[in-house]
Order: sequence, then structure tokens, then C-alpha cells
Amino acid sequence: MRTLFYLFSSCLLILSAYWAYSVNYTTRAAERRVAVIEHKIIEETDKIEVLNAEWAYLNRPERLTRLAEANFEILRLVPVRADHYGTVAEIAEPSDGLGGLISNTLSAAARDETDN
Amino acid sequence: MIRRPLRPLARIIAAREQGLDPDRKEAEARLAKVQSKRKREHQHAQFRILLIACMFLGGFGMIGLRMVVLATTQTPAEIAAIEAKKIVSDRADIVDRHGRILATNITTTSIIAHPHQMIDRNAAAEGLARIFPDLDPRVLKRRFAPPAKFLFVKRKVSPEKAQAVHDLGEPGLVLGKRETRLYPNGKLAAHILGGAGYGNEEIAAAEVVGRSGVEYWFDERLRAQDTLGAPLELSIDLTAQSIVEQVLYRGMTLMNAKGASAVVMDANTGEMVAMSSMPDFDPNNPPAAPKKGDPADSPLFNQAAQGVYELGSSYKLFTVALAMETGIATPDTLIDTKPLRWGRFPIREFDNHNYGPFQSLTNVLVKSSNVGSARLAMEFGVEAQRALLDDLGFLSPTLMELPAAKSAAPIYPKKNWSEISAITISYGHGLSATPVHLASAYASLTNGGLLVQPTLMKGGAKIDPPRRVVSEKTSRSLRYMLRKVVTDGTASLADVEGYEVGGKTGTAVKPKPTGGYYADRVISNFAAIFPAQNPRYVVVVTLDEPQDIVAGKPKRTAGWTAAPIAGEIIRRIAPVLGLRPLSGRGTERADSGAIVTLASQ
Repeated sequence: MRTLFYLFSSCLLILSAYWAYSVNYTTRAAERRVAVIEHKIIEETDKIEVLNAEWAYLNRPERLTRLAEANFEILRLVPVRADHYGTVAEIAEPSDGLGGLISNTLSAAARDETDN
Repeated sequence: MIRRPLRPLARIIAAREQGLDPDRKEAEARLAKVQSKRKREHQHAQFRILLIACMFLGGFGMIGLRMVVLATTQTPAEIAAIEAKKIVSDRADIVDRHGRILATNITTTSIIAHPHQMIDRNAAAEGLARIFPDLDPRVLKRRFAPPAKFLFVKRKVSPEKAQAVHDLGEPGLVLGKRETRLYPNGKLAAHILGGAGYGNEEIAAAEVVGRSGVEYWFDERLRAQDTLGAPLELSIDLTAQSIVEQVLYRGMTLMNAKGASAVVMDANTGEMVAMSSMPDFDPNNPPAAPKKGDPADSPLFNQAAQGVYELGSSYKLFTVALAMETGIATPDTLIDTKPLRWGRFPIREFDNHNYGPFQSLTNVLVKSSNVGSARLAMEFGVEAQRALLDDLGFLSPTLMELPAAKSAAPIYPKKNWSEISAITISYGHGLSATPVHLASAYASLTNGGLLVQPTLMKGGAKIDPPRRVVSEKTSRSLRYMLRKVVTDGTASLADVEGYEVGGKTGTAVKPKPTGGYYADRVISNFAAIFPAQNPRYVVVVTLDEPQDIVAGKPKRTAGWTAAPIAGEIIRRIAPVLGLRPLSGRGTERADSGAIVTLASQ
């Protein structure tokens, strides 16, 4: 009886020791993985910041104006003027029948608006 | 312990003599002995049990404590995560009202040399000189010579150059990371943004701190860790700001002015949509503050928020407003405009005009009559004038979020606000304030009469409960009058088709620093509202010493100089701010067969 007890408890000891060690090692591995990911996040955020800054730099109004002027021949971009505002009715209807759909939807919307 | 003899004979004999049973006596003695032994062993056993219990208690206690410690403190991974965030972005971005970046951070690299760790100093110097053409290899070799142990080679280099330095493979060249504040739009909104520099500078990192503008005003907010990542949203519209700067710069050059400023404010919320002061500077590389001379001549000086000027006839709107509020006059009441003399001071019209014996209140504003304003001021008196100007914020610095604005206290007769002060203030002399003051006063008077507070923050500064400065009716009349100044009066050059500009010109001669006024130097300004029926925005343009030569004659008045610039600003920004032209002029073009470009906003 006593031998059996000793045998059982030593097995338990070995098992629990193994369990403790494995938990310890997986934890450490997880920590290392977290550190690596954190580092990657820092790098990515840094990259995003740089790209955002670059985007803002490339889209600065002064540069866009310069580009619009330089490419005026092709793009014919001019500053927005009051007479650039128009009504939907002024747009030529597409020939593929989509125009009818659009004008129907719009007139329905206009009806709704007057109903309200 | 009493020593007992080994031989029990003596005790037996003694017991017999007393008539007792010696065996019994002996047994009793043995019993006592055994009992005392048992007692001792029992105590021992109890002590051991206690000891073991203590050991277990200690062991489990320690495990428990450890668990508590682990549960309540941060693990190294968590600490690393927090540290990481700190490094990612020390300072929040500044963005415009649509989230476009005005200021951000980039990580730049600095190159540091440790000559004592170098393998080949000459090769390092030559390698560096190849990468950076502006470095002289001979100077570098001299600097690398012993006993040098630490020196900055370059403070800011691009990633490509840093890689090239790394590729030299010299262990004595170290790359250090640092955050740099970047203003990607260059000079745009320079006076609003201000600038940032380095606080504590170390090899590995440097602390970025605000030096001026909103960078300084919101320094703590921008550096705060709890609002991390949330950018500071300004009320500025990048596109409008860019247009205003462009138009203002061209206008200033065209009018030969030495300085200029423009303010575009939301008439209902007090939000600054654009604010510019010329000349300006690049916040990426701000010029040093001037050591001598007039600080107002420095490009760092913000004429819109910091410049305190007598703004001339633009103030007549307040006089007219007060005349209506106090019930002295209605827009059609005739005001005496015959030449006036107060004590020994003659009150003259501009250019010694004579507008006849009477003018309606509307015409006092439209024709800009000094005499008419003076008469009104004499009627409503000092106290009423002072109270209105105080309500409109003219007696204290604006609450706008700029250090420059906070320091710009208006100049007014603090002790002796006499009747003659009231007269001159009624047409804009004797009270100096910033163009931002003027803009917010125009907004408050024309938006229906509710006070607005100038602000650079998106959403505006709520005044709770709303404060009324003039009645709805007065406000409506003022809008009508301002529109009339543009259609029939001094500001015809400011009119923009489709946007119903209303406004008032102001031309004030500049005071000499030595006293008195210059004959040929003026500050001309134009305060405009649009659309006049229901103002959405207020525009104030100010020119410092403009002079436009027309047909051989110099023209300095605001109607010639500031008004057309304001008109051009409105023409350009109104569509960008999403305002459709009124009266459908823009949509009538379809009949002419022109191609219609629909703008979206």
C-alpha cells in the first residue's frame, strides 16, 4: 500500500514538473512572439506615418497648382468657379438607357421631398 | 530532579516502617516517571506539527503572494507594448477640418561618429564625403583625429543616405533615430501652426516641443499620452487657406503693400476657415526672431491675430448698429452731415468731401461719412459706445488659441474715454484692434446678432447661453446696408456675381511712432460678409501701406486696394467651401451651349 502511494506520488511529481516547465516555455515563446509583433507594429506604424506624410507632401496645394498649370494642355484643369455649379438636368443623358433610370429616380426623390 | 538511590532497599524499609506496601509505592513512582516522559514527547510532537504547519503556511503564502504580484503588475510584454507606443508617436498630428495633414512626425536618422572605434578613419572620412558632397574629407579627418570620441556628423539624413552610411561598414559610425516635426505643406498656414523644435536632445531620441502658434498653445495636448493618435483638428480648410494665401500674396505684390493679412471666418460659429499673414515663413525652417528693429516687420509677426491697428471706417458699422439699437435712427432717418467742429477739432470727411446737409443713416455708411458718424456718437454717448464695443470683444485680446492673439491687447482710451474719443472711435480712430477682432465683430453683428468667439478649433467655441449683441432686426438692416456699400458705395470692386458680397471699407492713416500721422501711409482694410442675405462667412483683408498707381495718381483707399482682393478671395473660395451661387446664374449657362462641369464638394 505504502509502495503504491510512493509510486503514485512520484509519478504525479514528474507529471506536474513537466506541466510546469511546458507552461513556462510556452509563456516565454509567447512573450518573444509578442515582442516581435510589437516591433513589427512599430515598423508598420512608422511606415504608415511616413507614407501619410509623403501623401500630404505630394498633395500640397502649391504642388498640385504647379502640376495643373504644367499639364494644362492635357488636363485643362481650372480653379472651381461659381458657374461650374450646375443642375442634374444639364447633364446629357447616357445613351445606354441608364439615363432614363437616373431621371426617374431623381424625379421620384423630388416627389418625396415635396411630399415631406 | 531529586536524585533517587539505585537501590530501593532504603525506601522499602522506610515504607515497611510506615506500614505501607513497598511494591505499590514503587509502581506509583514508575507511573509518575512514564507519565512525565509521555508529556514531554507529546510536547515535542506538538512542536513538530507546528513547525511543519508553519513551513506549509510559509510556502503557500509565498506562492499566493507571488500570484497576487503577477496579477496586479504588468508583464514585461505589456511594458514593452507601452514603451513601443511612446516611441511610435510622441506628438499628435495636426489636421485641417477635413482631416488633411498640416503637421506630422517622421523619423529621421542622425549620423554620429565614435572615432576611437573606427577601423580606418581616413576611409570613413572619404566615404562620408562621397555620400554627402557638402562635407569636406579633410575637415572630417581633422575632426576624427584623437582624442575625439563622439561627434555629430549630420543631424538629419534621409533613409537612403543613412543606408549608404551603413553600407560603409565602419563600426565607428553610428546611426541614431530621432523624430522630426514635418509640415508637408511648407509655408501654408505658417502663422497658425507656428513651429516646433527640440527640447531635451539625446543620441537615441529627442523630445519635440512646440515653439509658437498652435504647436505651442496645444503643446501639452499634442504630447499627452492618453489622447495618443487622436490628431488635433483645426477649423482651417486647407484648400481655402491655400487660395487665400495665393490671392493675398498676388494682391499684396500688385498693390505694392509691405504687408497684408486675410481672415476668413464662419459667421455663425466663429471658426477660422483661413487666416494668413504676409510675408510668411516656412515652419520647417523658421527664421530667427529679430533681435532689433520693429518685430512687426518680421515674417514671424502674425498681422491678422497680432497686429493692432486703427481700422478706420470699418468701425462705422458699430456706430450705425448702435444708432439703430438705441432707437436714435432707423435706416431711413436723415442724419445731419453739415461740416462739424468739436471744440477746436474740425471733423472732416475723407478728401474734404461734402455730402450735403443731410444723409440717411444707410447713406452715412454707404458714403462713409465721418461727420454723420460723429453726430451719431455725440447722440448715443460714450457709455453706450463703450458697452457695445466691450460686448463685441474690442476691449480685450481675442480668445483665439494662439499665443500671438493672447498678447495682442487692443489700444483704447482706458481712463479718459471722452466725447472726442467717442467721436473719433465712431469712424475708426483712437481704438486699435486686430483684424480678427474686426472679423468676429462683423460676424456677431450680421449673423442675426449673436456673439461669436473666434477660434481655430473645429466645431467652434460654443457660447452658452447664446449672447445677443444686437436685435435680429438691427442685424438684418446692417446686412442690407453692407450690401448697399458694395452695390452703390465705396466697395464696388468687391462684388462677386452670385455671392451677394456686402462689406465696408476702411482706410486709416498710419500713426507715426513719434506721434501724429503720416500723410501718405495707410492701413487699408475691407470687412466683407457673404452671402449678404444670410451670411455664411466673414472675410477681412488688411493691407499695410498699399499704393496702386492708377492713371499716374497713387490710390491708397481700401475701395481700390483691399476690396478687390477680398472680392477675388470670395470668388475663389466660395465654390470651394461648397456654396452654390445664388440667383441661379451659374445654372443659366446651359442655354449658351457651354459644357457644364459639375463641381462636387
